[in-house]
Amino acid sequence: MTGAAEDLRGTACGGSAHGGSAHGGSAHGGSAYGSLPRKEDARFIRGKGTFVDDIQLPGMLHGAILRSPLAHARIVSVDTTAAQAHPQVEAVITGQMLAERGLAWMPTLSRDVQAVLATDKVRFQGQEVAFVVARDRYSARDALELISVEYEPLPPVIDAERALDPGAPVIRDDLPGKADNHIFDWEAGDQQATDAVFAVADVVVAQDMLYPRVHPAPLETCGAVADLDPVTGKLTLWSTSQAPHAHRTMYALIAGLPEHKIRVISPDIGGGFGNKVPLYPGYLCAIAGTMLTGRPVKWVEDRSENLMSTSFARDYHMHGEIAATADGRILGLRATVLADHGAFNATAQPSKFPAGFFHIFTGSYDLQAAHCQVTAVYTTKAPGGVAYACSFRITEAVYLVERMVDLLARELGMDPAELRMKNLLRPEQFPYTGPTGWEYDSGDYPRALRLAMEMAGYDELRREQARLRERGEYIGIGLSFFTEGVGAGPRGQMDILGLGMADGADLRVYPTGKAVLGISVQTQGQGHETTFAQIVAQELGISPEDVEVVHGDTDRTPFGLGTYGSRSTPVSGAATAMVARRVRERARIVAAAMLEVAPADLEWAGRRWQVRGDPDQARSMAEIAMAAHSALELPDGVEGHLDASMVYNPPNLTFPFGAYICVVGVDPGTGEVTVRRFIAVDDCGVRINPMIVEGQVHGGLADGVGMALMQAIVYDENGNCLGGSFMDYLLPTSAECPSWELGTTVTPSPHHPLGAKGVGESATVGSPAAVVNAVLDAISPFGVRHADMPLTPANVWSAIQGRPQRTDLAVT
Amino acid sequence: MQITVTVNGIPCTREVEPRLLLIHFLRDELGLTGSHWGCDTSNCGACVVWLDDTPVKSCTVLAAMADGRRVLTVEGLGRAGRLDPVQEGFAACHGLQCGFCTPGMMMTARWLLDHHPDPSAEQIRAALSGQICRCTGYENIVRSVLWASRHEAGQHGAGQHEAGQHEAAAPRAAGPGAGETRGALP
Repeated sequence: MTGAAEDLRGTACGGSAHGGSAHGGSAHGGSAYGSLPRKEDARFIRGKGTFVDDIQLPGMLHGAILRSPLAHARIVSVDTTAAQAHPQVEAVITGQMLAERGLAWMPTLSRDVQAVLATDKVRFQGQEVAFVVARDRYSARDALELISVEYEPLPPVIDAERALDPGAPVIRDDLPGKADNHIFDWEAGDQQATDAVFAVADVVVAQDMLYPRVHPAPLETCGAVADLDPVTGKLTLWSTSQAPHAHRTMYALIAGLPEHKIRVISPDIGGGFGNKVPLYPGYLCAIAGTMLTGRPVKWVEDRSENLMSTSFARDYHMHGEIAATADGRILGLRATVLADHGAFNATAQPSKFPAGFFHIFTGSYDLQAAHCQVTAVYTTKAPGGVAYACSFRITEAVYLVERMVDLLARELGMDPAELRMKNLLRPEQFPYTGPTGWEYDSGDYPRALRLAMEMAGYDELRREQARLRERGEYIGIGLSFFTEGVGAGPRGQMDILGLGMADGADLRVYPTGKAVLGISVQTQGQGHETTFAQIVAQELGISPEDVEVVHGDTDRTPFGLGTYGSRSTPVSGAATAMVARRVRERARIVAAAMLEVAPADLEWAGRRWQVRGDPDQARSMAEIAMAAHSALELPDGVEGHLDASMVYNPPNLTFPFGAYICVVGVDPGTGEVTVRRFIAVDDCGVRINPMIVEGQVHGGLADGVGMALMQAIVYDENGNCLGGSFMDYLLPTSAECPSWELGTTVTPSPHHPLGAKGVGESATVGSPAAVVNAVLDAISPFGVRHADMPLTPANVWSAIQGRPQRTDLAVT
Repeated sequence: MQITVTVNGIPCTREVEPRLLLIHFLRDELGLTGSHWGCDTSNCGACVVWLDDTPVKSCTVLAAMADGRRVLTVEGLGRAGRLDPVQEGFAACHGLQCGFCTPGMMMTARWLLDHHPDPSAEQIRAALSGQICRCTGYENIVRSVLWASRHEAGQHGAGQHEAGQHEAAAPRAAGPGAGETRGALP
């Protein structure tokens, strides 16, 4: 473990110093860690990746889904006669057909059920109604037009704030006795203690704020190829899954298939961000299609289907209150949340808390008491809630507290950086147990904030802001400080349908000293084939080139729950380190036999086992591996070979953190926002491949700019989804993103075997608040106190005019 | 209808539906799956290929419109078995993560460097602004193209990509349905 803390500005891939072999091309200082170029790039730059839609099987058929045009309607009849008569159509599957086999509904990860194909009603626009299987892609689409569905329209429920009104249409009348749209009430923290600190506070600030519904929109949509072998009964499913093992178990539970006869393969995945964690009806339709036709069936959704029907994220309607002393000591925090979960409670989050990790909402601050209360409702919108690099609602939590701290700074007339510095947890408080029960493992928050301010030139920025304002130009400086909780997770706090969140690792070392690692987590671009090879190489003293990483195939890898919630390095990275250490210990026994000494007489010298005090007496891993497979006489109880397996059960989450500063310019005449600079200091503990870590941060920062300024899935008064294409659901491009300025501090996790923490979601979680705080700082001279995301030109302009708009509905 | 398209230097004649999109012609008929389909609305650029000498979004070009013309895809980048500097740059500068947008980004970058051999970061951002990457935040894509601009040996340029440079660039010989790619599956 790298024990010493360090401050770094940028790293090997910083700025224009991208010359030569850019990232160095080799690990530094004899360590296998470092900014190695990625092993997986060789195939992608040649167009030789294998994504689900690249799979072609002999005799393969193509599926397409008929979707509801209405947000809420009773199904009177479904007539598939004409579609079945289409010459290229092999099968048409309806909800009724699935119901006869008990497959019309599937369980969600939040203990609700979701329709696979609708039988009684449709409950959101885009809901799955029927599935056509045809001989080619285009004919399958053609045949959808030939299905006649008679609907009896029902009033939609589009406004979460009206969902619990008396007399509101009941969406889930499929649930026995359900007479309203209520899903759950949940609270955390100490209400009495919080009331007490609010009662003595000098200052209390309150604000309503919306975290709008957004969609992660990975560039590859969801899809599957299902192939049931009629002879062996084995189902092979290539699918866009971030959690192939969990999916396999769920298919077994849902469809009644024997689990050892199911093989789930996640080939190359074109981005996930949480969108590819849930099971979707399309996957099950493809399975039903192959069962019915006896031929392989491919189903790949189009972009509109992806945006309108698969897991969205956020949609949190929040009320925050913060209490402080007159000199800026924060005392307490309250939050009341109305959560819009859509038509089915299908939030794909593994925690035992209905609102995920939202109750980490006290963030990075040393306050005395906190209390939050969350109520969730059904609406006639697509189901989901956590599918966008959000660490199971920590995004919403960080946004709330970081907006409240900025509002408090304004109320107190304090600089927001000074207020944060005054209230950040101090290094000596770690491990720190917060007022809602989370135990943060390690941190040095002031150091990260100081570094970010120094990189930004914070004081000079403030002076520049003042100078420009005198000329009628408006720039804004926004800060956010976040604490993440990632690496799900401890069994006391989370599981998936009863499955504990441990992950396995298998490590085989061949006689010539080359190694193959099997892992359960699933890269969607995170570079696991490189990072995990580096971990093994570091522990065994071999080259990363000599380690092959196998993943994404349930027949070839150990069980584990997959990649989401930034859990790969915290959980599987730990499993990998531990299994490699187990192999190293076996190698020690073999080396001792080779050198004819006792194992206790050997010491590990980084690349070999050597006799203490006699470095000439040593054996490398390759030498040991060959001996372990040879006729060498081994001590009793040692079987030979070096292979090992390991399951890692995380004792706690890891808690990465960071300090972000965003600088924007706002044109008050048009409301247009330009992101001028973005400074991001991230601390995710020990970095195995800094280049990959920085890439993860870059992507998350773009997400933050997108969510803050342009991304929202909006519905109209009839329940029509207005974000159903990239024409309407805007994503940031190279033109809207600045050149990111990154800084690093390293505070190792004390409980992770490598001292590493997760980082995949840090920037997505931390950055939106910095952008919003910057915009609102820029337009504060116009008396604007708050405006909701996305801060589009229209919304910013309206806020400047004193008419902030509701950004989740387009209702006339 | 019958069309003949010269793809990566190799003439390919196929019977196609008039409505067939160029992206599906390349992927499903020719087995060139390096170009990806991402949005249908010309917004994401995962499908960018060259039609004659110009990058186009092949999800909104009919295969019939390519009849008698040349198409260059990611499989045809580089020459004589050597990678194009753009490809090398993306690998050297971590310009890709999931790899889905990468072929389209590289095709546009190649065009940019053919016409502006020494672009500024701002020019690169402008050239790529019609395409979407969800992973990288664009920073390392810009660096990748800059890297390529500094490592050009002058041998690259529009129209210089030769026929049948290496096996990977060749469209598959037979039409779809024969299932000949099954052996290549994991």
